[in-house]
Amino acid sequence: MQAANQSKQSVITGPAQIAFRNFNFYYGEFLALKNINFEMEKNKVTAFIGPSGCGKSTLLRTINRMYDLYPNQRAEGEILLNDENLLSPKVDVTTLRARVGMVFQKPTPFPMSIFDNIAFGVSLHEKLSRAELEERVQWALVKAALWPEVKDKLHQSGMSLSGGQQQRLCIARGIAVKPEVLLLDEPTSALDPISTSRIEELVIELKNDFTIVIVTHNMQQAARISDYTAYMYLGELIEYGVTDELFLRPKKKETEDYITGRFG
Amino acid sequence: MNSRPLDTAPPVRKPVNQMGSRIFGGLSMLFALLALILLAGIIVALTIESMPSLKAFGPAFLFSTEWNPPAEQFGALIPIYGTLVTSIIALVIAVPVSFGIALFLTELSPLWLRRPLGTAVELLAAVPSIVFGMWGLLIFAPIFAEYIQPLLRATLGQLPFIGQLFSGPSLGIGLLCAGVILAVMIIPYIASVMRDVFEVTPAMLKESAYGLGCTTWEVMWRVVLPYTKNGVVGGIMLGLGRALGETMAVTFVIGNTNFLSTASLFAPGNSITSALANEFAEAERGLHTASLMELGLILFVITLIVLVLSKLLLLRLSANEGR
Repeated sequence: MQAANQSKQSVITGPAQIAFRNFNFYYGEFLALKNINFEMEKNKVTAFIGPSGCGKSTLLRTINRMYDLYPNQRAEGEILLNDENLLSPKVDVTTLRARVGMVFQKPTPFPMSIFDNIAFGVSLHEKLSRAELEERVQWALVKAALWPEVKDKLHQSGMSLSGGQQQRLCIARGIAVKPEVLLLDEPTSALDPISTSRIEELVIELKNDFTIVIVTHNMQQAARISDYTAYMYLGELIEYGVTDELFLRPKKKETEDYITGRFG
Repeated sequence: MNSRPLDTAPPVRKPVNQMGSRIFGGLSMLFALLALILLAGIIVALTIESMPSLKAFGPAFLFSTEWNPPAEQFGALIPIYGTLVTSIIALVIAVPVSFGIALFLTELSPLWLRRPLGTAVELLAAVPSIVFGMWGLLIFAPIFAEYIQPLLRATLGQLPFIGQLFSGPSLGIGLLCAGVILAVMIIPYIASVMRDVFEVTPAMLKESAYGLGCTTWEVMWRVVLPYTKNGVVGGIMLGLGRALGETMAVTFVIGNTNFLSTASLFAPGNSITSALANEFAEAERGLHTASLMELGLILFVITLIVLVLSKLLLLRLSANEGR
């Protein structure tokens, strides 16, 4: 590869699940993400880090086109999900969102029972018998490491669980529809340390089945659980690399300043 | 750092004055109690005033259709029926329409249309009820008789069982007309409460539902509505309360007759409030006045029952989503 092409040289070593190509994003007139180009590997955890307002959540929310809900937000360029441009007008967003699940900063259980919280999303997209549905709900709860805690109270309200349990319920809800990608937007920012470490263990487990993209404020968290890390600043992707490399031997001065706490 | 050293002695603090908060606490308790005292006072006064009628007719008052002031025979069934039926019609029409308005205003409307539309809905609540009454009698009722009633008779009127409700001559004014006018009057109340509670639903909760691949309808119906059920039921109760108590507009369009021989909603009837408005001025002291007082008491009790039922409904809904 030529020097000019250096940044385009593939960082990932396995097959790509998601790729951004010449991607720009606007809030009204404001250019919030500038010329983003990179690829995320299948069945790995990719973390987005950077100071508040750098665009990492914005970037995450483009992968399931959540910005479509807001009239003055728009994207240009390409986001490829398995080589299919998901910004194409032909893509149906409701189907896309079944393929790309999302978990938010705070637990958001729906006002229904634990069982229904998970069955709800599944029955939006699939026609299952009661037995199949029960099986799927159990599968998702086992995957989300919540089954032992809730198996005897599936018909209680999802709101009755603790914060950490609610967040695992939201993860279970997301994976129950069997997406290809799971987006986590600062999933532990409202949780205590013990719940946080359970979620982190879970994320590492889940990458066997899903490609995971996580936004985090917590650099240690990114270092602990991610395979690749993207450092963003002011809407630009400053550095992207294998997590250990990026934290131990950052190539860019800005990245080094941020991860050593000199800035941010 | 190089300014004069900080004085470390504790400052002289002024004594805490609890007087203000005590007075405020006492006053606010007084006001709260005043509501309770007024309520009790009204119940007691209504009961005392309606005593002659309560003694003369007993529980039969509720089931008798006879309302004959010269013969001093009084029964409340027709006004009770009219009040309940017109309010139910109003709710059946107003609740879905209000839900649609609130859904559009919070989720679908382009931003520039949101404010003017929202304000228009609120302004509808500011129209005086007598204006609705005049509009209903002079403009709406003739159109209703000319076009809508024949249409209803030809469609819903042909169905088994409920067909009876839409039969008979097109008079314009009547129970159905009063119900429709009431619906128009309570839509702004229900719609603006629904819009407000939909708006305070956390964006993240809605995004979670969209994130699973819900359509706007599924988000609203399956997530936002259950989440806001307290507010929504509260808004509906506000509308129902208004419908039960509305007097002027109903009096204009209900027909004001104490005879009711058919199940048809096209027929004219009477409501508790319009009976009171029409007859109070001319009522003889004695049994007639007492019977009207008892009508007032009944309306009061109906309202209380509705309130209790709405609380039970909420408990039931909470039980459905798991405890």
